[in-house]
Amino acid sequence: MAMTWVWTGMVVLSLIFGVAYGRLDSVANAALEGAESAIQLSLSMAGILCLWSGVMEVMNASGLSTGLAKAFRPILRRLLPQACQDSETLAAVSANFSANLLGLGNAATPLGIQAARRMSWGCGGVASDELCLLVVLNTASIQLIPATIASVRAAAGCATPLDILPAVWFASVLSVLAGLASAWLFSHWGAER
Amino acid sequence: MNLTSFVIPLLLAGIAVYGSGKHVDVYAALTRGAGEGLSVLLRIIPALVGLLTAVSMFRVSGAMEWISGLCSPILGFLGVPPETAPLMLVRPVSGNGALAVASDLMAAYGPDSYIGRVAAVMLGSTETTFYTIAVYFGSAGIHKTRHTVPAALVADLTGFVAAALAVRLFFGT
Repeated sequence: MAMTWVWTGMVVLSLIFGVAYGRLDSVANAALEGAESAIQLSLSMAGILCLWSGVMEVMNASGLSTGLAKAFRPILRRLLPQACQDSETLAAVSANFSANLLGLGNAATPLGIQAARRMSWGCGGVASDELCLLVVLNTASIQLIPATIASVRAAAGCATPLDILPAVWFASVLSVLAGLASAWLFSHWGAER
Repeated sequence: MNLTSFVIPLLLAGIAVYGSGKHVDVYAALTRGAGEGLSVLLRIIPALVGLLTAVSMFRVSGAMEWISGLCSPILGFLGVPPETAPLMLVRPVSGNGALAVASDLMAAYGPDSYIGRVAAVMLGSTETTFYTIAVYFGSAGIHKTRHTVPAALVADLTGFVAAALAVRLFFGT
């Protein structure tokens, strides 16, 4: 439902501001271009998504993902106790976290989706607390080396593009902690009501 | 050569060699997984069409500038430079849009200025929240997202405020 509010809000505000600023022509065009760009984006990410889904399958078949899951189990057992009961879900979440840490956002998404699909089985379209948490953690960045940002800074003429690393880690940790805390708080408030 | 160009080939080669060592038919497993990736993609496309239509309308309508103006006093209070307001508004909805806005800020103020650094740290410590939510829940067939959106937005806002705070701590203004 939240996404319904976000979508309706954005479209209605676009209409109001389009009229107010006399930009209705561009807003109309933007709607069609946006829909078109969604297909272009899907096509451009299709190959990467298939590649990393394939790599995950190789990791599953060779037992590599079980090893990865073992490494992440101590943390994940506390964060997502129910997901950890299922070894394949645990493996997918572990691979998702590893890809996020390595800064491979394109690989993290298909792996996280695999975990999310397993976690949504039999819940009738309602997100469980743990699924909410998995998505919140993925909306907060947890990468160790923000390579894309470093390249943008270098392009802008910065000699030491990685000198912001400690600041990025500091802000990332605070943001992840805030996500964890608020997910926990909101789910408890929701339960009381 | 940056670090990412080292990581990807190494991962691919390492996983293939390890799989072969375990007598796995690596190529068959790879194509089987890739096929599953394709079906995931089909489920993501509707969510992307919805999201990107609204985002692109919102960006050209001028609503963004207006809200940025509205936010500046609050941002000043939180210790965040008001110049970064457009970045904070684009960041949750569009990754490429946020990169473009951050590049503009760095070009205008310099990558080693206070504002340039805050923009970079903001970019590095947050994600494209609504894209992630749309893609994950779209593919999992979830329509009741419960507290995900508010919790994710709290994390984003914390990330933005912490970005400004971190730059002041580590570099000063």
